Amino acid sequence: MRDMGMSKTVSTPVLQVNDLHAYYGKSHVLHGVNLHVNPGEIVCLLGRNGVGRSTTAKAVMGQVVARGAIRFKGRDVLGMKAYEIARLGVGYVPEDRSIFPDLTVRQNLMLGVKDPRAHARGAGRWHIDDMYALFPRLKERDNTPGGVLSGGEQQMLTLCRTLMGDPDLIMIDEPTEGLAPKIVEQVGTFLQEIRKRGISILLIEQKLAIALDISERLYLMGHGHIVFEGTPADLKNNEAIRKEWLEV
Amino acid sequence: MEFVVISLLNGITYGLLLFMLSSGLTLIFSMMGILNFAHASFYMLGAYFAYQISTWVGFWPGLLVAPLMVGVVGALIERYGLRRAHRFGHVAELLFTFGLAFLVEEIVHLIWGNVAVDYRIPAELDGTLFTLFDTDFPIYKGFMMLISVGMLVALYALLTRTRIGLIIQAALTKPDMVEALGHNVPRIFMLVFGGGTALAGLAGVIGGNAFITEPGMAAAVGSIVFVVVVVGGLGSLGGAFVASLLIGCIQTFSVGLTISVTDVFALIGIVLPEGSQVARLTITQLAPVLPYMLMVAILIFRPRGLMGARES
Repeated sequence: MRDMGMSKTVSTPVLQVNDLHAYYGKSHVLHGVNLHVNPGEIVCLLGRNGVGRSTTAKAVMGQVVARGAIRFKGRDVLGMKAYEIARLGVGYVPEDRSIFPDLTVRQNLMLGVKDPRAHARGAGRWHIDDMYALFPRLKERDNTPGGVLSGGEQQMLTLCRTLMGDPDLIMIDEPTEGLAPKIVEQVGTFLQEIRKRGISILLIEQKLAIALDISERLYLMGHGHIVFEGTPADLKNNEAIRKEWLEV
Repeated sequence: MEFVVISLLNGITYGLLLFMLSSGLTLIFSMMGILNFAHASFYMLGAYFAYQISTWVGFWPGLLVAPLMVGVVGALIERYGLRRAHRFGHVAELLFTFGLAFLVEEIVHLIWGNVAVDYRIPAELDGTLFTLFDTDFPIYKGFMMLISVGMLVALYALLTRTRIGLIIQAALTKPDMVEALGHNVPRIFMLVFGGGTALAGLAGVIGGNAFITEPGMAAAVGSIVFVVVVVGGLGSLGGAFVASLLIGCIQTFSVGLTISVTDVFALIGIVLPEGSQVARLTITQLAPVLPYMLMVAILIFRPRGLMGARES
């Protein structure tokens, strides 16, 4: 395991995970994961299916029982309930996107709001008009049930829904899965746009598609722990590690 | 004609009452994935609470207070019982509600005794609303319909027009996602359980005096409510509504039909051999069995129910 001390870290990381262990029943899924995300950073968590990337995100979100340490903005969140962690400012977009299929696009978005009164007073970085300005397509489908949107539209909707809750960190599980190359590019551009507004991103990916272009740093995961940490350039130059842990 | 109209009115009254019970059961099932075996016990509690209140201050305060009390009892049971059992899986939850049904029945035995209590329709609602052909339609049935329809409209408005309703709808299918968006899902579960049991309690308040308030009432109604949710489709409110009315009408129509099984088969051109015991049974005699026959038929030909989405 690599040393965690990145010398360029000035402020406290927004997310700091130390020696995280998690179990599904008796099977040991995470074997001491260490990673961190600095404020305003896009960090990519790469790895093949089943190595524990999603479990790591779920553990941060409080949806998996875990042991170790998880600090969000300096605060210990391990053991807290998922909704409490969300209210501290963690956003999570799961792999299956979890659109509420029977609710309209607008209703889906409004359910992302955690405190409707504060939101109505104008609190938070994101409002429904911002979302519609960024994605006119969603505005056109304002009154359409979320279940009938295309895969790309659903991905935008689920991202926007999480943003409506004004998170400081957003964990996104495979946002490009199953999308056409052009839409994948759009997702990448959008993530960079989000980052410009001061939101840190933990991007979970299987492929290098947008990971190399938009991430500051990458972690590569294998068998429940981090096997590589570095910049996109480091990973590009390290064919051996890519072959062993990434490419099929 | 007279028979059809009166049976239809009775069937709808009874069906709406069934829906009051099955809607709560359906909501609880969709959200938590468990069948609450004790659901009809809350119906019974509603009737007994209303009876007790009526002996002190009359019927009307009980109409409001008894369902609220039942709802609070339900919410507390969810919070301090079911939520703990939940950690040990669905089987533990199922057994918990199963045990709860027995517990409530025994408590009712202890407090109110083994025989039916004298829970009566209030004097101002005792009488004839209108006379159709030669049959009187009682005021109280009209009142039951009014309460049921009011409840139906209120439930619909709550689920589709309010923020909490949207959160409930979303949590019905994707509780983890709803919680990850920052909503207190455990509290929503408690509210839904409390609300569902309050509806059962309300059904008990208006059904207990229309029918009978005795310790066996939960078991009697409970099995019919399960038929309703299975026929309608587990987890489907719309299905529960259709199935409630269907079962309600089947029960009232079949009670009035004096034709025999032989006659029914004759209608579709099948002649049954004479002398068989079964063939001589009338539809009236078969009435109590018909809902269960429907349930079995549904389970064979359309296991997910009329409008159900779930596999389980």
